Amino acid sequence: MSQRRTHHDRVLIVDDDASLAEMLSIVLEGEGLTTAVCRSGDKVPAALASFRPDVVLLDLMLPGVDGMEVCRRIREGSNVPIVMLTARSDTDDVVAGLAAGADDYIVKPFKNSELVARIRARLRRTDQILEPLVFGDIVLDPAGHTVERAGQPLDLTPLEFDLLACLLGTPEQVFTREVLLQKVWGYHHPGDTKLVNVHMTRLRSKIEDDAENPSIIRTVRGVGYQAIAPE
Amino acid sequence: MTRIRRVVRAGLRRALRQWRRSIRLRVVGSTVALTSLAIGLTGWALLAQVADGLAEARSASAVAEARAGLDRVRAQLETTAVTDAAAASEAVAQIVDSLTQSGQGQGRYDVVVEGPLGGGGETAPVRSSGGVSAAVIPDDLVRTVASSEGLYFRFAEVPTAGGGSRPVVVVGSRLDVPSTGDDYGLYYVFSMADQQATLDLVRNATALAGLAMIVMVGGVAYVMSRQVLEPVRRARRTAERFAAGHLEQRMHVRGEDDIARLSESFNQMAASLQSQIARLENLSKLQQRFVSDVSHELRTPLTTISMAGDVLHEARSGWDPSTARAAELLRRELTRFEELLADLMDLSRFDAEAAQLELETIDLSEVARQLVEEPVLTRKGIEVRVVGADAPVVTEADRRRVDRVLRNLVANAAAYSRSADVVVTVAENEACVSLSVRDHGIGLTAEESLRVFDRFWRADPARAAGGTGLGLAIARGDARLHGGELQVGSIAGRGTDFVLTLPKPGGDASRPALQPLREAGDA
Repeated sequence: MSQRRTHHDRVLIVDDDASLAEMLSIVLEGEGLTTAVCRSGDKVPAALASFRPDVVLLDLMLPGVDGMEVCRRIREGSNVPIVMLTARSDTDDVVAGLAAGADDYIVKPFKNSELVARIRARLRRTDQILEPLVFGDIVLDPAGHTVERAGQPLDLTPLEFDLLACLLGTPEQVFTREVLLQKVWGYHHPGDTKLVNVHMTRLRSKIEDDAENPSIIRTVRGVGYQAIAPE
Repeated sequence: MTRIRRVVRAGLRRALRQWRRSIRLRVVGSTVALTSLAIGLTGWALLAQVADGLAEARSASAVAEARAGLDRVRAQLETTAVTDAAAASEAVAQIVDSLTQSGQGQGRYDVVVEGPLGGGGETAPVRSSGGVSAAVIPDDLVRTVASSEGLYFRFAEVPTAGGGSRPVVVVGSRLDVPSTGDDYGLYYVFSMADQQATLDLVRNATALAGLAMIVMVGGVAYVMSRQVLEPVRRARRTAERFAAGHLEQRMHVRGEDDIARLSESFNQMAASLQSQIARLENLSKLQQRFVSDVSHELRTPLTTISMAGDVLHEARSGWDPSTARAAELLRRELTRFEELLADLMDLSRFDAEAAQLELETIDLSEVARQLVEEPVLTRKGIEVRVVGADAPVVTEADRRRVDRVLRNLVANAAAYSRSADVVVTVAENEACVSLSVRDHGIGLTAEESLRVFDRFWRADPARAAGGTGLGLAIARGDARLHGGELQVGSIAGRGTDFVLTLPKPGGDASRPALQPLREAGDA
């Protein structure tokens, strides 16, 4: 459909259900995305290397290897955005998936429009900062999406980069979870605050010296988060 | 005065409560009371016996002594030749003196001689020793002695200088003076001081022994009750811990006595309960697992179907009208199917007690104000009025579930009430917060009010308004998951009122801050 084939974003669909995988392909291809299907978790690393996806759409209930485990393995070698499909809206499963490294999740069944919106949101960078930002001993470079702390590069996913850039961009401002969802995830999840909570935990574990007593991002109880201005 | 009475009454009440609550106090108390009664009775009987015995012995010896003295006096009188009354009186005086001397020599008795008797009306002259007056002699003894031969005795009291009295035994007999024919009453007054001293000694010793006995028995009762009650208390503590959820709690079994058997029975009961609970927990886990599995197994194909339905629906414009309509129906019913599945899963999670709360601080006032913009209402042009939401009304709750409950109530009002307005009221008390959604529509009959939370029940049998028929059942499940409640009140023709009550942290929802609509007079 689209003429700009070379610029097509690439989605790797990891799903053991043949029909669903094909249906996902049909819908996403219909939206002008390029897709590849991986039917088992074991083949994911190879597919990552050969297909070089921009987003991974991961069904959590894979046979053989648990979906969480696949998620963790992808994260070991790549910061590619991961959107997980889950049949279990139970909080524990969602939180476990997010903690394993997924950026976002969709609960089955879903509307096609919702699926596309979520994938698009992960493909589109929400440019929180345009200029390099120096915050204490942390340096964020929006051009290369790199972060350094005290000269050491930090390995952040794009989402984590955006989350950090959003907070450090305006120090001392308190961001509610809803605002963060809108600014960083790029759409409104009504009341879905666990998405923010889990990613904040992951982000802190990467940037803070002591994630239990954060010195960079403070939790404002009952409100949200704020960056603590450096001395 | 009333204050004292109040204090006394309070003390009494406290003592009574203590008495009711403490087995040990009752055991020791009643043991001491019964022992005191038994010892009192025994002591009293013992003292009575001793007193009787002493008095009898004293009177026997007194009578014997008096008889010997009397014999001596009679012999003396027979040998003394008296012819006139004066001589007789003189002789009697001598006799008294001699008797007194022998009596006083040993300090055992005094003597009173009355006579001559039968003087006809006038009181007989009295001669006595040791300052004993004739009044000491009991009247009936005087009469008996006057009227008949022989020796008689009576017990009596003699006044002492100090104003008290001492017990005596009085032995009396008639004394004939053969030469003149005159009769005299001769009385020996024997002191019973020795006997009284003995009796006092015995009484004191008995009282002391009794008191010691009571104290000791009380102590024994205390120790015994402790021995019996301590295992009972241990059993109580174990049972309490067991009831608090420590199912592995067991009692120590020592020996083979009743307590040991009780402990064994308790342990058997505990083991049986523990295994039952484990079985139920296992069942509940299986159920949760099943729900989760069904959820996944159904959702994956449903997702594919739904996506395909979406694709067909998007493409329908190029088709002939009936196929296009089929695509529309397919999508609409798929949406309903998805809602139904989601609702059933929620209900099944409530049933399996697998539903989880994500608590956060929420302000019901803010939630209420947001309802004003709820599309379900604005679309129908229903006016929303918010009452009592000026100040924050805060509690800990699961925002997603609270939103779902309220959307449900509002959707209900919009779909069924035919009301032109909806009033949302927020209130709180110290234990809970309440939010009511009130419409002024057609209302529900009493029977409908009862069934409104039933699964798959609809006020509108034609199902024109759509929905799954599970919304209010789930809403109530959400409320109860918080430890709260969802109540309905309705008057046919005047509207329906749903009240959601959520407990504050540490509070409970037993007394909602708002009461649902009721018929007047129907409290």
